[in-house]
Amino acid sequence: MTEKEIFDILKEKFPESIIEFVEAQVGENYIKVSPLEIDKVCAFLFTDSRLQFDSLINLSGVDDANGEKKVKEDGSFNFIGGTLSVVYHLESLKHLHKLTLLVSIEKDKQDVVSVTDIWAHANWHEREAFDLLGINFLNHPDLRRILMPYDWDGGFPLRKDYKDPEFYEGMKIPY
Amino acid sequence: MALKTEEMTLNMGPQHPSTHGVLRLELQLDGEFIIDVTPHIGYLHRCFEKHAEFMTYPQVVPYTDRMDYLASMYNEFGYALAVEKLLGIEVPDRVEYIRVIMGELQRIASHLVALGTYGADIGAVTPFLFCFRDREKILSLFEMASGARLLYNYIWVGGVSRDLPPEFLRLTKEFVDYFRPKIKELNDLLTFNKIFIERTANVGILPLDVAVNYGITGPMLRASGLKWDLRKNDPYSVYDKLEFEIPVGNGRMGTVGDSWDRYYVRILEMEESLKIVEQALKQIPEGDVLSAIPKRIKPPVGQVYGRVENPRGELGYFIVSDGSVNPKRIKVRGPSFVNLAVIGELCKGHMIADVISILGSIDIVLGEVDR
Repeated sequence: MTEKEIFDILKEKFPESIIEFVEAQVGENYIKVSPLEIDKVCAFLFTDSRLQFDSLINLSGVDDANGEKKVKEDGSFNFIGGTLSVVYHLESLKHLHKLTLLVSIEKDKQDVVSVTDIWAHANWHEREAFDLLGINFLNHPDLRRILMPYDWDGGFPLRKDYKDPEFYEGMKIPY
Repeated sequence: MALKTEEMTLNMGPQHPSTHGVLRLELQLDGEFIIDVTPHIGYLHRCFEKHAEFMTYPQVVPYTDRMDYLASMYNEFGYALAVEKLLGIEVPDRVEYIRVIMGELQRIASHLVALGTYGADIGAVTPFLFCFRDREKILSLFEMASGARLLYNYIWVGGVSRDLPPEFLRLTKEFVDYFRPKIKELNDLLTFNKIFIERTANVGILPLDVAVNYGITGPMLRASGLKWDLRKNDPYSVYDKLEFEIPVGNGRMGTVGDSWDRYYVRILEMEESLKIVEQALKQIPEGDVLSAIPKRIKPPVGQVYGRVENPRGELGYFIVSDGSVNPKRIKVRGPSFVNLAVIGELCKGHMIADVISILGSIDIVLGEVDR
């Protein structure tokens, strides 16, 4: 099944939460989904006999770096507003079709519903997105830091406006 | 009077020799039986993804080497394919064949480490030495082609850094002929050894539905009985022109998806890799390997997910481009990272000594888990 056909099925089933179908110039076409409905959409994709997306290949968090850029005197900057994205790559091992979903989240809200209940695979990837980008996954069973130290409070390193804190546990960074 | 029982927490690692790097497993124990395992990772976190945002596209290649340091060639291969997909460029046939030869030799080298250290973990030290002896020959071939033994920077976006040296094809053929009987030697020494089978068969059984739900790929998924290999199911490069089988686990010594199956799938895969290398050596055409390398890489705005079948499973690169010379975001879907997550499911109900056996059969490289 092509992405467009899947989009039509989804649009009929979830007229509110499916936002749009984006035809990409390069790479994969994707479907934009509302962040607070993503779990319902994914559960449908997982169970529906025509679709059966039994495998989540990858889940990535992205900082879109699209807010209003404010440069400070020392050259560092931060973004006011803007969005973060979560990109889901799905695949059906039974029907051999693929799909890409994209969720766009306001940076001030940061909430998206976890899909760990559907694919256990999402667990660590969501923890990673939380750890490095500060995306808050609602209903996640174990939302802890994963790559950074558990007691890290120096911010989210993969944000574009991230700046190293001066000290961590008494050690100077950058050294 | 009833005896008082109490659960115990035991830390395995971060420096335990059997954890293949710096990994800490927090075991929840009932006597010697495992109730739960919580892996703690991140000790080797080197900020690959953040570094990549400050590099140009070709500059990222050496960093990819350092993720899965036992399969560096394949990391470069996957990265080059993903960026080429983003740029929409074709590479010459000779380059494709060189990449496949390198990739499959790397797969053999990587599996040799996996199998050798697995034996050593369980107490068989001799096979480890045999495996490293043979791996050394592959590393010498790589050194001849790229100048480095482990971190090659050989496969570039659009080509490879230099053509093969004149003797390379002959020596590779010699290696293939040399190595084929050595697999039998390894089988006699370790695979069908009774003690080894006792330690691995029926240990850490991974049912297929659990494997798919956890996103497990590579030899681990195939050991659970699914014929799934991106070289066949989503062919890239010239794999569709080469003939090979996909070995799957069949529970020969115990149950489908146990540690022994995971081990044996790797043995069979080495034979298939030899077949691929042999065919590629015959088919490789002449040509210029540098002609398609772009002078300046400035991809269009967009996002792309490129994936290859790394020795450990599906290695994916999700690259977001904002139209500048630096990638906006590179997310790596490392097979070790994904495969390690299932260890809690595998260990439940087993004894502490089996954790080593199970962890070895997953075959993780911590450099890629933590990136």
